[in-house]
Amino acid sequence: MSTINETRPADALRAGDSQADERAAAAKPLGGIAGWMDDRLGGAKGVSFLAKKVFPDHWSFMLGEIAMYSMIVCLLTGAFLTFWFVPSASQVVYDGSYVPLQGVTMSDAYRSTLAISFDIRGGLLIRQIHHWAALIFVVAVFVHMARVFFTGAFRKPREINWVFGTVLSLLACIEGFAGYSLPDDLLSGTGIRAMNGFMQSAPVIGSYMSYFIFGGAFPGEAIIPRLYSAHVLLIPAILVGLFTAHILLVFLHKHTQFPGPGRTNKNVVGYPLMPVYIAKAGGFFFIVFGVIALISAVVTINPIWAYGPYDPSPITAGSQPDWYMGFADGALRLLPGFLEFVSWGNFTWSMNIFPGSLVLLPLMWTIIGVYPFVEAWVTGDKREHHLLDRPRNAPTRTAIGIAGISMYVVLFLAAGNDLMAIKLHLSINDITQTLRVLFFVAPPVAFWITKRICLSLQRADRQKVLHGRETGTIWRYADGRFEEIHAPLTPDERWALVQHESQEPLQLTAGKDANGVDSPIARKERLRAKFSHFYFRDRVAPATPSELEAAHHEHGDHGGVADGGHEAIEPAGAGAERETIKADKQLD
Amino acid sequence: MNALAARRRHPAAIVVLLLLGLLVTGGAYSFLAPKDANAAATTAAADDVAKGKDLFIANCATCHGVAAQGTKSGPSLVGVGAASVDFQVGTGRMPLAGPNVQAPVNKVKFDDEQISALAAYVASLGPGPSVPDEKYTTVIQPGTPENNKAIAEGGQIFRVNCAMCHNFAGAGGALTRGKYAPALDNTTPKHIYEAMVTGPQSMPVFNDMNLTPESKQKVISYLKAQESQANVGGLTLGNLGPVSEGLFAWVFALGILIGCAVWLGKKAA
Repeated sequence: MSTINETRPADALRAGDSQADERAAAAKPLGGIAGWMDDRLGGAKGVSFLAKKVFPDHWSFMLGEIAMYSMIVCLLTGAFLTFWFVPSASQVVYDGSYVPLQGVTMSDAYRSTLAISFDIRGGLLIRQIHHWAALIFVVAVFVHMARVFFTGAFRKPREINWVFGTVLSLLACIEGFAGYSLPDDLLSGTGIRAMNGFMQSAPVIGSYMSYFIFGGAFPGEAIIPRLYSAHVLLIPAILVGLFTAHILLVFLHKHTQFPGPGRTNKNVVGYPLMPVYIAKAGGFFFIVFGVIALISAVVTINPIWAYGPYDPSPITAGSQPDWYMGFADGALRLLPGFLEFVSWGNFTWSMNIFPGSLVLLPLMWTIIGVYPFVEAWVTGDKREHHLLDRPRNAPTRTAIGIAGISMYVVLFLAAGNDLMAIKLHLSINDITQTLRVLFFVAPPVAFWITKRICLSLQRADRQKVLHGRETGTIWRYADGRFEEIHAPLTPDERWALVQHESQEPLQLTAGKDANGVDSPIARKERLRAKFSHFYFRDRVAPATPSELEAAHHEHGDHGGVADGGHEAIEPAGAGAERETIKADKQLD
Repeated sequence: MNALAARRRHPAAIVVLLLLGLLVTGGAYSFLAPKDANAAATTAAADDVAKGKDLFIANCATCHGVAAQGTKSGPSLVGVGAASVDFQVGTGRMPLAGPNVQAPVNKVKFDDEQISALAAYVASLGPGPSVPDEKYTTVIQPGTPENNKAIAEGGQIFRVNCAMCHNFAGAGGALTRGKYAPALDNTTPKHIYEAMVTGPQSMPVFNDMNLTPESKQKVISYLKAQESQANVGGLTLGNLGPVSEGLFAWVFALGILIGCAVWLGKKAA
């Protein structure tokens, strides 16, 4: 029985118009709950697309996952903390269970954080998980960023995703700083004081900006509720939204893969999301959560009860921000005080603060963000890249990255100059002076060393391809010669070492046309050629098949042909009759 | 030898070699490092001051001068008081082991009797702070409301006056040119009190006018109460603040997680 009228005349008019019905009938119907859901939501197609999505396997591709999972852990534990945290600067007298603070007047924010730590069941563990997860989140973000940079995964078509990632890393740091400032303990208050100083260092608008953000003079009562809104609402919303876009773009672009046999620019070799990566990635979430929980259960982080409540007059030795803001703190510690000057009567220019804070942060993230576009312009490469570079095969990029990291590390170390002084029994003045010098000296030295190492590794790869792997076995012949036995590479092993392209410096075409008129783009091209020269001047070309053929040919011929192209265990003697000892005999 | 040669390219070879190197160096150092000679000389004298003077001539006069008037290498001790001697000698800072920017805590070279004799002698040279009354160096025990209040007050005094050099947990901090504020966790109440009254090395003097003996007692009680608190959060990482936390996150947390990632990445699908 049904109320449906099966024989409507109108249906007859559509008798021949049945393509859509046929298609629907041809599709395999889903049964059960899945079918019920699909009939209503139409998700089957998308889910099946996702389930079949293939991802390549490599441990370094999981660094971003660590970041993602620790962010999720932060979101979960953060929600728990909001149940008890009171974002208020109003003053109360503490009467909780931590004895050394009983009867002390403090802000409600600090009191409620103490309550979470001492009087709410599981509160301290959740607080520590939240804080450790935040530190690990930012660590993972930066390591993930380094992985993407050094493997060239930011190249076309992924430049926009690199920019998203750059913004995400900045937001992660700001989010972390906002959270660190909330409990209103002595250390976090000192951090807010530093932030206030950063803002005030801006010429002309500095003090206005400070009054605007603090709702009056420092510290006031407005800053904690405002930071709270930013920390739990504004920044997480942007963070999660941008992160979703970040992930969607990964799906859209498909994941990059390391070069290897069968892996091309047009395919992705790996396993489908369902069931392999659902299990692996899902399992990894629990591993990350588990490791963070374990660390939080055994290692204290930010013992706010020991710091005491914030009060603008005290300060503690060893006041540092959490690590991700350390480089800015380090920059402040390195900037010499004489940079501050007064002009136009009594107008102070705080150039001892300004470059290390309001300039440094945007500058660093801008440089990171624009790098893919700079490199694309220099190489003039408009192709898509889905195969990753091995860092050694892009020596200049790798060296630029290491130089940048060395600069960052110098600032980072400077933030801990007092602790280095006390723990290593050094003079804080000497450490600061040394780091000031290193800030300028370390990057070029790091650049040069890294580039040389990359080139040597490339040469080693070339040698390995041409002559096989050194086995460490020395073979002595009846006539007294020694040779090291080299084992041949399998074609698969060899492929990984020869597949990359070796870029050459741009050759400048004539700046003048046939009539002797300057080309309108000649100037730009000259600049580009200079950069290109800088990038690709030193290059080691991968071994070609003909070179390999030639090397094999020599291996078959041990008739005493002197040849200088091969590694010798000891240099050939002065006597011309002495045969050069070749180190490339194969084990066969 | 053959077995060794065959394994010299084993991945673990370098680790074994490093460990071996460290073991040999460490072992050799522990054999060759100079051992402390017990330099405490015992001289008997009826009068404390006379005995102290003898000890002073034998152990201190080289730097401080035969009449404690001071030389190029050591300050005058006239008027520093018994508290100063008790602190410096009682914590092993004096006699100084060697010229340095700051006298470090060291093995105590004299027994209590000798220290009080030295203190009596130096006190006899001119008026100065004396060894504190036991009343003020007794730690206030938490428990009753007024005791808890006193401890909390001590914490406030500590944060305002001491934490900027000694760190929030008394873990110590750096000063200029290699000088430092030492950690306070192994210091006895009496020595903390004496340090406040005499202001050793770079430390300012907190005399009874700006910090009453009762307030000093509260500071000491706060430090001891904080020390005796169970470390509710787990390992403290030296109570050094975010630097050690950041180091831990980078080295251990990241290390463990990358280890897990490598393991998972190697797992065949």
